[in-house]
Parts: sequence; structure tokens; C-alpha cells
Amino acid sequence: MTGILARRRATTSAAVLACLLLAWLCQMQRDRALPPPTSGQPVLTLRSGTLLRRLSVGYATVLADLYWMRTVQHYGGEKRRLGAATPALPSASTAPGATGTAQAQSAAARTAGGYALLHPLLDITTTLDPRYSIAYRFGAIFLAEPFPGGAGRPDLALALLERAVRENPTRWEYLQDAGFVHYWWRHDFAAAAAMFDRASQVPGAPWFLRSLAAHTLAEGGDRQSSRVLWQTIQASTEVAWLREDAERRLLQLDALDAVDHLQALVDAAPPTIVRGQGWAPLIRARIVPGTPLDPMRVPYVLRADGRVVLATASPLFPLPDEPERREVRP
Amino acid sequence: MRPVGVIAWNVYRESVRDKVPYTLVVFTVLLMLASLLIGQLSAGQDVRIIKDLGLAASSLIGLFIAIFLGIGLVSKEVEKRSIFVILSKPVARHQFILGKYLGLLLTLAVNLAVMAAAHYLVLAWTAWGVPAAVQAAWERPALDVGLLAAYALTFCELAVVTAVALAFATLSSPLLASAFTVATVVAGRLSADLRSIGDVVESPRAQQLARALYAVLPHLDAFDVRAQVVHGPPVTATVVLWSVALAACYVVAALAVALLVFSRRDFR
Repeated sequence: MTGILARRRATTSAAVLACLLLAWLCQMQRDRALPPPTSGQPVLTLRSGTLLRRLSVGYATVLADLYWMRTVQHYGGEKRRLGAATPALPSASTAPGATGTAQAQSAAARTAGGYALLHPLLDITTTLDPRYSIAYRFGAIFLAEPFPGGAGRPDLALALLERAVRENPTRWEYLQDAGFVHYWWRHDFAAAAAMFDRASQVPGAPWFLRSLAAHTLAEGGDRQSSRVLWQTIQASTEVAWLREDAERRLLQLDALDAVDHLQALVDAAPPTIVRGQGWAPLIRARIVPGTPLDPMRVPYVLRADGRVVLATASPLFPLPDEPERREVRP
Repeated sequence: MRPVGVIAWNVYRESVRDKVPYTLVVFTVLLMLASLLIGQLSAGQDVRIIKDLGLAASSLIGLFIAIFLGIGLVSKEVEKRSIFVILSKPVARHQFILGKYLGLLLTLAVNLAVMAAAHYLVLAWTAWGVPAAVQAAWERPALDVGLLAAYALTFCELAVVTAVALAFATLSSPLLASAFTVATVVAGRLSADLRSIGDVVESPRAQQLARALYAVLPHLDAFDVRAQVVHGPPVTATVVLWSVALAACYVVAALAVALLVFSRRDFR
């Protein structure tokens, strides 16, 4: 009797497995005959964080986690898509009319839907969980950064950070981030210094914020100030990707230094040296020791018009749109 | 009080026979899968998300057990007519209700304890090998004892929901009792919003209704400290103690209703 039961169980289990396997094969054939529709543009149906908070019935933090993961995926997906679609963009720092170009690209990105959901997703995440620290900091960086690295909306980044400060008045990091957005993307050094100063007054804030405020006020726009800013972020952040982003920015500053140095060499080269043939004539004339490489070991490009630029293939491309150095009065 | 203990133990054994512990397997598998996947999707927020997910899943699973088993505690005995056999023994009606309630509470306590242990194990696994410098920068350590406060208050909430389910089960049919209990849970979780609705509407009647509902409904959001234990200010012992006292009040009130109705109920 037991043997019969055992055989029956084994037969049933085998039949279930066979059915599942058959279903999988049928599904594959069906998909081959009629591919499933692609999702196309991502859609955010519910945009009110407050409504979602009510609908979550006490599970708002888990919903915030889901929206956070959606944010990361949206940003990563868009960056990959836009990166693939815009391989030959000129470097913002070296192309003529750099600022205008960056703004135009940013506007184009907005109309084309690039990072269109980044702010709503971050807004929902932080409404569902007002203490979602990483969402505010992610927004501060990638909402403000110009296209194609980010949404090119420092105004939205600042609005998000304002809420972060309102919800978490004991966290100095958000004020530091706001100062950073003012400094780097809006080139408003007085506002940046004011933010760093406010951050330094929060109990438990690190000592360097006070000197950062003074330095920004005195030396606003200086590349060295930018370096100090990124170094403080690199040293103070516990988040790996934020630290890696700061490291990348520091390498970009190194690249900017190298571009300036190479440009000076090219400009000082005698007019007898043939232009428009890349680095070879300069190497032969021993003006440069070899093909100059950027910090990621990708050769710099010497254009026909004599300008030294970063190669679009470099992981550091595009170089940031540097703030102009100017005297700042409080 | 011996009959109460016997009935409670039987409820616990019945829940084991009903395969309630399978929920623990679901919980553990869910957390382990999450810990494997979330690291890739969350940009460094895996420990935080596993904490959120574990606390939410334990609360949800507990609610399902409390509502559906709580409703069935009385109705099953009535449908199977076994209530006549039990009440013909030297078991008072209030002992029957208390025994049923405490038995389900024991089931919930064991389930929550195992889920908490599994949660800590998965968190330990996630934090394994993460450099000490990175761990030191986390808002809270992976194996934070503070999580136990959230589990304790989840248990309080479940104790209230079980008592409410039992009260509704003595009052009406299982289907209606389930609907009423779910509605009470949802409204109880949103009681803070109910209070604010009273402040924003202009109609005095609507204000009175909102105030009345706010007074009558159990404030289940008082037991939700899940966000705080993950990244908020620490949950103090005072908060926990007041929440336990609040839960005790609700439980006594709901059980009193259940006892009142059950003592007068005619099973013929």
C-alpha cells in the first residue's frame, strides 16, 4: 500500500514538473511569435507622496525603500540610455560657449524626457520617509549635475535639500550639500559660503566647515577651492558611490590642470610646427615627451584648431563647467 | 485558571497543525532573497532596507495570523458544534474566550520571536565582511538591539488586533468579522490623519464625527516605531511602557465586549 502511494506521489510530482517545463517552452515559443510589449517611457502614475503615504497604511518606510530602488534604477537606466545616445558631445569646459551648450543640452534632456522622473521619485521617497538621508544627498548631486550626467536642475536639488534641512535640522550634511550646489552649479559663492557657515553652526559639525566658509568667501571660483570641496566630501562621506563620485571629480580637476598645462605648451610652440596632425609633431619637437594621457590613461585630443581637449571616450568626459574665478563680497 | 491554560495550549497546537509556522519559512526566504538582490539595487542601502522589510513583513504576517486565526477561534467551534462539548465540561464561557485569546497570543509570540531571530541572522549575514570603518558610519549598527523595541510594539499591536478580531467574531459571521477587523486595522493605522481631518474640515458635524471616530478607534499607529528604530531618534523605555499600557487598555476593552456578547450568546 505504501509502495503504491509512494509511486503515485512520484508520478504526480513528475507530472507537475513536466507541465511546468512544457509551460516554460510554450511561453518561449509564444514570446518568439509575438514579443511582449516593451515598456517604453517609464511612467509614474501616482505622483503624490502624501497620498502614497496614506495608502501605505503604516508601511511607508518599505514603500520609500521601493521608490528609492526605483530611483536608482531610473537614474542608472537613463544615464546608460543617454550616454549611449550622446557619445560625441563636446566637452562643456573646452567647447566655445560652454555654459550655453550645457544649458541647451540640459533643456534638450528635459524635453526628451531624460531624468524626467528623477525629481518626482526622490520627492516621493523623501515624503514617504522624511529621514531618507541618502535620497536627499543623491538628489543634491544628480539633480544639479548638468546633462548628460544629471538632470541639470540645481533649483530642484536645492528645494529637496531645503526640505531635508527642515525635516532634519540636526544634520549638517544637507547644508554642506546645499552650499556645494550653490558653489559648483550656480556659481553663487556668497550663498555657498552662507550655507557652509550655517552647516558649521550645527552641533557636531566638523571643524573644516568654518574654514570652508571663509575660504569660499575669499577664493570663490578658484579651482583649488573646488578641490578642497570635493576633498571634504570624499573624506566625510560614508556612502561608497558618493565617495567614488568625489574621487572622479578630483580626477577631473587633475585633468583640467593637465589640459591647461598642455594648452600652454601648445600655445607656446613655434609656428613652424605643423598643426592639425595631433601630438606627433610636438613629440618630434620634444615639446611633449609622448602622447599625453589623462588620469584614466586615455590620450588627450589635440584638435585641428589647436585646442587641447579630453577625449569623449574617457571615463572622465565631460569635464565640469568650471566656475569663473571672481572676488566675492558678502 | 487551569482550563484557560489547557484551551490556550490547544489553540497553539492547532495553529501548528494548521501549518502557521510555514509563514516563518516564507519570511526567512523573503529576507534572504532580499538580502541577495537588494545589495545590487539599493546603492548601499541594503542593511537599512532589510531592516525595513523584515519589520514590515513580520508585522504583515502577524496581522494575517491575528485576523484570520482570531476570527476562526470561535466560529470554527460553533460550526463544528464542538462548542457544546467544551461548554458541557467545567469550563466557563469567559475561560473559553480567555483561553482562545491567550493561545493565539502564544502562537503570535512564538512566531514573532522566530522571525526576529531570523531577521538578526540575515542582518548578520549582510553585514558580514563589511569593513569596520563603513559599519561605523551606518546610522545604526546592523545588529541593533533597538529593533527589539519595534518587535515588542508589533506584538502589542497584534494583541490588540487579536482581541478586536475575537470581539467581532463573537458578534457576527466570520466574513463580516474579517471585514470589520480589517477596516478597524486600516482606520486605526490612519487615526492620526483622522484627527487632522477634523481640524481641516469646516462642517461642525464632520468635525464631531472625526473626533468621535478618533476617540473610539484604537490608535494602532502608536505601536508603529519601525521608522524610528531603523534611522530615527532612539525609542525610549517610556514610549514602550506607555504603548504597552495603551495596548492593555484596548485589549481589556475588546475582550470585555467579546465576553459580554459571548456570555449571552445562544448557540442553538
